[in-house]
Amino acid sequence: MTAAAGTTNDRPLRVIVAKAGLDGHDRGAKVIARALRDAGMEVIYTGLFQTPEQIVQTAIQEDADGIGLSILSGAHMTLFPLVVEQLKEQDAADIVFFGGGTIPADDAAELKRLGVREIFTPGAPLSEIIAFVERECGKRRELVG
Amino acid sequence: MIDRASGLGPDVTPEYRELVERWERKAERTPPRTGKGSGAVDRTISDMPLKPVYGPQDVAHLDLTNDLGVPGEYPYTRGIHPTMYRSRLWTMRQFAGFGNAKQTNERYHFLLSQGQMGLSVAFDMPTLMGYDSDSPKSLGEVGKCGVAIDSVRDMETLFDGIDLGQITTSMTINGPAAIALAQYIVTAENKGIPRAKLGGTLQADILKEYIAQKEWIFPPRPHVRIIVDMMEFCTREMPKWNTISVSGYHIREAGSTAAQELAFTLADGFAYVEAATKRGLDVDDFAPRLSYFFNSHIDFFEEIAKFRAARRIYARHMREKYGARDPRSWQLRFHTQTAGCSATAQQPENNIVRVAFEAMAAALGGTQSLHTNSMDEVLALPSEKSVEIALRTQQVLAYETNVTNVVDPLGGSYFVEALTDEMERQVEEYFAHIAEFGGMVEAVEAGYPQREIADASYRYQRSIESGDRVIVGVNAFERPDEKQDPNLLKIGAEIERGQARAVRDVRANRDGAAVEAALAELKRACAGEANVMPYLIDCVKAVATEGEIVDAMVSVYGRYTETTQF
Repeated sequence: MTAAAGTTNDRPLRVIVAKAGLDGHDRGAKVIARALRDAGMEVIYTGLFQTPEQIVQTAIQEDADGIGLSILSGAHMTLFPLVVEQLKEQDAADIVFFGGGTIPADDAAELKRLGVREIFTPGAPLSEIIAFVERECGKRRELVG
Repeated sequence: MIDRASGLGPDVTPEYRELVERWERKAERTPPRTGKGSGAVDRTISDMPLKPVYGPQDVAHLDLTNDLGVPGEYPYTRGIHPTMYRSRLWTMRQFAGFGNAKQTNERYHFLLSQGQMGLSVAFDMPTLMGYDSDSPKSLGEVGKCGVAIDSVRDMETLFDGIDLGQITTSMTINGPAAIALAQYIVTAENKGIPRAKLGGTLQADILKEYIAQKEWIFPPRPHVRIIVDMMEFCTREMPKWNTISVSGYHIREAGSTAAQELAFTLADGFAYVEAATKRGLDVDDFAPRLSYFFNSHIDFFEEIAKFRAARRIYARHMREKYGARDPRSWQLRFHTQTAGCSATAQQPENNIVRVAFEAMAAALGGTQSLHTNSMDEVLALPSEKSVEIALRTQQVLAYETNVTNVVDPLGGSYFVEALTDEMERQVEEYFAHIAEFGGMVEAVEAGYPQREIADASYRYQRSIESGDRVIVGVNAFERPDEKQDPNLLKIGAEIERGQARAVRDVRANRDGAAVEAALAELKRACAGEANVMPYLIDCVKAVATEGEIVDAMVSVYGRYTETTQF
């Protein structure tokens, strides 16, 4: 990583790390939040039990470049599409929406078809996740400013 | 190096000393291994430092009588029973629950027909958090992580055709544990089995929810009060019920080290002991029926040392600090589950091997019951085939390997004894930190264990990232061409719709006034000093749903919200 990693237009990239529904598994979300922060980004962790509306509202209020949603409870096919829908409704579809958790491959493919930009499953290297967020959120920052 | 070993070792002769010195010179000259995973050869998975070899000097300070003793005697380092698995094998108890009560009941019948000895219920997220299946909060979660139980009607279906007077049942239910117990009692009593005959336990350990698993309902203090209510009620009315099970499993899954798992779990247990004695219960009246639940992770010897240290620390504290006089109060009984977090989504068949090693560590550590994970649990709910392999793993371990024939076979190993001792030392250090907060409830409220675990979990992840540690199939020996099994067990939306319909039917077909009256009485009990258990049983008898009962309690206690940190 270069010194400029995670930053564009003088301001660090800002990412929301979110937990939704009733899922209390927060180990992965916390590790990702720390890794993105250590890579030079500003990270806002929503805490547990957020609704899709709350997550998108937080992202808009914080002027975030990306949202990473973690779900390990099996509710991914319900909650990911609701966030996509909210982003469209709030005219915020430019925010890079990605996620991770215990998500079977065929479900992950379906979620990507519905508009989730990337799904990371257990074992995904942190370096890969950081590179994805830097690249995609960086592109978004260049477009939106 | 000392000249003479006191307790454990033979006399160290000059010849032996010379040999050791020769080894030291050779070892110094031998270059360490390089390449895959070589960055962590000098420490355990919990970063506990390791020497290349251990000898009598490492155990010389241990006392044969007071530190080791014999199996079945204080401090129980070597096991709580005199002959352990020679007299009785551990209970093979597979944790299961998914979809609705009918589906899970079928899985129970399958497991029992294949030689499983006890039941263990996994509930879904809405049930754990106190929401009915038709609540907007439950959207997408019904039946996914466990079975959906809304009212006593579901509980009756769950145990249909199973003799509750014969089987023992463990329920992992934490937040609404008192409600689940009431439902279990009413289900049994409706079939003519009195509560005094019921055997099993509840994982009703709320402190670890704030620390790790995060499925809570009320704030810590009222939650602890309800746990003490249950302990008091079971002490009086359910002589065969192991009142509560205190769990370190989820602490470990959240990324703790082995010593943290042990320290925080035992500190939680001691917090309940303190709360119950403060209520006026005699420690020897309830302590013999407390039980514990630990993780068995992949670091083989560290886990065995952890189990051995757990018994010793517990016995010492229960006798010396809490003044228990009944030996049964000193004995740490525990259930073990292999580490879900050690399983990989990549090459999932490899998980069968991991589970076998972890299960063996649990047996060598002297567990009383065991759950072995299924190979596909990291991808989805386990299939019937993978659950069967997991159960067979225990049967092979118990009946073929012969590790059950000798008690504590690693007792006296220089390494295992030194590691056991180091584990105890680290745990006592954590206890001292917790005491600085004023106790475990205060430490949890201050977020202390939560922070320690998050730090450890991040350290571990970095060691994988750097390649210091290898996980087969993940950061070494990968198969880029791997295809995921398309036949994973999934719970469809129709289960949620059906369950939501069923709970609405239940509400429509009961005496509404009786429900209202029972809930009003419950609220009064919650606001006052009375034990809530009889009031919960009345609510369940009136077929109040879990969501309604929890709402009534929340109106008195409030819902907990966490101060978020990462």
